[in-house]
Amino acid sequence: MSSNDLKLKAHLLRRAGFGSTRSELEALEDKSYEEVVEDLLFPERFPDLDEDYINRYNPDISYHDIHPGNSGKWVWRMINTKRPLEEKIALFWHHVFATAWYKGEHTPSQLAQIDTFRKNGLSDINTILLDLSKDPAMNYWLDNCENHSTQPNENWGRELLELFSMGVGNYSEDDIKNAARAFTGWTFEQPQPLYPYGSYETSFIYNESDHDDGEKTFLGKTGNFNGEDIIDIISEQKATAKFICRHLYTFFVEDEPQVHTWSIESPRNPQALEQLINVFDKNDGQIKPLLRFLFNSDFFKNAMFKKVKNPAELVAGTMKVVGKYSVIPQDGEVVATLNSKVSVMGQDLMNPPTVEGWHTGQEWIDGGTLNERVNFAVDQFNDPTSPGIKDILERLGKQINSKDLLDKCLDLVGPLEVSEDTYGALQKYANAVGDINLDGNEFKQENIEKITRMIQLIVSTREYQFA
Amino acid sequence: MTTVRKKESVFVVVQLSGGNDFMNTLVPYSNPVYYDNRKLLNIPAEDVLPLNDSLGWHPEMAPIKDLYDRDMVAVVQGIGYPDSNRSHFRGMDIWHTCTPDEVSTVGWLGSTLEQLDPRGENPLTGINFGVGLPKAMTKMGVPVTSVSNLDTYGLMSGIGASEQRDEALEIFKNMYAQAIGTGPVMDYLSQTGNDVLKGADIIKVAPEKYESTIEYGNSSIAKSLRDVARVHTAGLGSRIFYTQQGGYDTHANQLPSQPGLFRDLSRAVADFFDDLAEHDADDNVVMLIFSEFGRRIYDNGSGTDHGSGGGAFLVGKPIKGGLYSEYPSLDKDRWAKGEDLEHTIDYRGIYGTVLEQWLDLEASPIVLGDFEQIKPFRDEFYATK
Repeated sequence: MSSNDLKLKAHLLRRAGFGSTRSELEALEDKSYEEVVEDLLFPERFPDLDEDYINRYNPDISYHDIHPGNSGKWVWRMINTKRPLEEKIALFWHHVFATAWYKGEHTPSQLAQIDTFRKNGLSDINTILLDLSKDPAMNYWLDNCENHSTQPNENWGRELLELFSMGVGNYSEDDIKNAARAFTGWTFEQPQPLYPYGSYETSFIYNESDHDDGEKTFLGKTGNFNGEDIIDIISEQKATAKFICRHLYTFFVEDEPQVHTWSIESPRNPQALEQLINVFDKNDGQIKPLLRFLFNSDFFKNAMFKKVKNPAELVAGTMKVVGKYSVIPQDGEVVATLNSKVSVMGQDLMNPPTVEGWHTGQEWIDGGTLNERVNFAVDQFNDPTSPGIKDILERLGKQINSKDLLDKCLDLVGPLEVSEDTYGALQKYANAVGDINLDGNEFKQENIEKITRMIQLIVSTREYQFA
Repeated sequence: MTTVRKKESVFVVVQLSGGNDFMNTLVPYSNPVYYDNRKLLNIPAEDVLPLNDSLGWHPEMAPIKDLYDRDMVAVVQGIGYPDSNRSHFRGMDIWHTCTPDEVSTVGWLGSTLEQLDPRGENPLTGINFGVGLPKAMTKMGVPVTSVSNLDTYGLMSGIGASEQRDEALEIFKNMYAQAIGTGPVMDYLSQTGNDVLKGADIIKVAPEKYESTIEYGNSSIAKSLRDVARVHTAGLGSRIFYTQQGGYDTHANQLPSQPGLFRDLSRAVADFFDDLAEHDADDNVVMLIFSEFGRRIYDNGSGTDHGSGGGAFLVGKPIKGGLYSEYPSLDKDRWAKGEDLEHTIDYRGIYGTVLEQWLDLEASPIVLGDFEQIKPFRDEFYATK
């Protein structure tokens, strides 16, 4: 496989998944880039993860709390899945349709929502928005269960338009009111048993007697609309195509300004966005053809290392390379750790700060989180006996001259591209280390540590913060 | 008014996360409405530590009561804001940003730090102790340090051998050197990396220099306040410290959990001030203890649900002890939303009090408005303005 081809596939797997090990990349040698894209788009070609063991042996994973167990388990899925885009698209919709556990503290519905994103995340915008409208976790989060025919609650109607489909400036306050009325009676079964502890699972119910069946005018159309009609109308809006495509662009291609500024700030690459919108329109809002176009586009291929990794990407990607957390628990591995790592970096999964979701890109980084990110990566590469480091050592061979050491390590950790300054600083270290011979001499341990240190320096670079 | 302050004023925030039940902190022990509504979760009148005829401290708050008796505690009764938000996150967010009506990314102490150190010269001007930087301390472009463990703080802390760690840090510094033309995000990363390096480099003297006869407890709040003391007494120019104690979300099992929290908190606070006094470093420190909301007036048979109208404390040698504002009325027709304590003073007025009367800053651009202040400082400690 040419090094360019390998770099490009690694880029694709960082964006459409959570990175890759060298062996995973090599296993793709016989497939073209386009074929890899197709494999990603059809997750069902690969087996799902077997959760029996992790559920059984990790008491942290309970039905009472989302974290640390359940959100840690999601990171475990990101690390180990054979269907990377399935988890990635679920994370994408979780970013857009930010629903947090802390309000309802109802774990089963929160987990069910993420699972819905896994299942429908690559379908079409109409299906996705309709499923979302019927999602109990969302329903409670935005108070649609309090949206009654006699007393409408606008919370869901407003956010559906503002944050989940069209973006501000594309509808009126009356549209919000009428959308809210159309969703009256959309609620869920009471999940909370009185005694003892615990929560039942819940599902959507339509309470016809609480539905406002009167005439509504929404985005210029008039009728006795129900929720489905509202979703149909929204799905056809140009604003929806634009908004969803911009979300996909910022998540998969390149960091855009924060979402709440989109009505003011223009897109970084208007041409690319226009192309995405066209594909979206032509395919009636289907996500799969849209992502096929995106991953095969030049603007995607040219966007290597243009995005700041979100904490889930950083943690899962690093764990993949280190080769840890495949079967939990093992010595020193607790599923909760995976959640505590992403949350100290500012991404408490399934528990985003507000309905607005996380601020992404550069805003993932402050002094505290950078310290966490660097130390996390350095700590993970501290153990020369971890499967990932062993694999790298094997690939480096027995005789490594100082000139090759840096290039090979950069290649095996990524391949990672670094700036001239960074390269120069690392080169100094490599020069100080000198030529290394791992062939059974008395300095073997010391030499292994020197290589380990080389890798630790590489993962503490600015460049490693980018996907 | 003239000031006798020789040193720069320092402000310490202790956040009680989860919504502290103020009614069981300062108990209205002579009021039958309290006992009628707190069938299970009441502190019996004979157990409280009376402050006056109507209010008494929770029995586990003895060390703070002792500070109060030494005239070092201003109790801010009924602190809150209109239409209190019952979500923890949003509620805390409102306290952190001073924007109840919209979501903001600018923390009030972030803005404060920007005023205290406009050119961002000392990354230790503001320090958070704990995991994760609170939003209150954040503002784009304002350097702030966040320390989860002072003894191991800094980059590459996982590299055990100090010689190798120093080598790695030196390389890190070179890798994060500011370069031209690498783009704003790279620049920002370089800047942030350098702030962390610089901060960690200065702060490491704190644990080395510190000696004390005070033995703090083992709780996390004790560890955090000891860290504050170690850094403050090292004289590194820090002006704002932030730390928190979690666990106040007592929907269930409040009876056994709250006393433990109070025990840890009050001992840690008392030890902290004793420690500062021992170092002759207490006449420029004021502490604010607050929580995002109070709890429901009536209990739910096991705990209390989210409510409003809480209480806060200003503690320190410069403080003129006593009760400030008013205890929320227990009169049923004055209950907020029919079930909560009303607020009697806006939290932004208390921030304003600290900003103007203690940190010598103009309050309204930071708390975004003008709010009623109190006068909790001893005359000789008042700011010059």
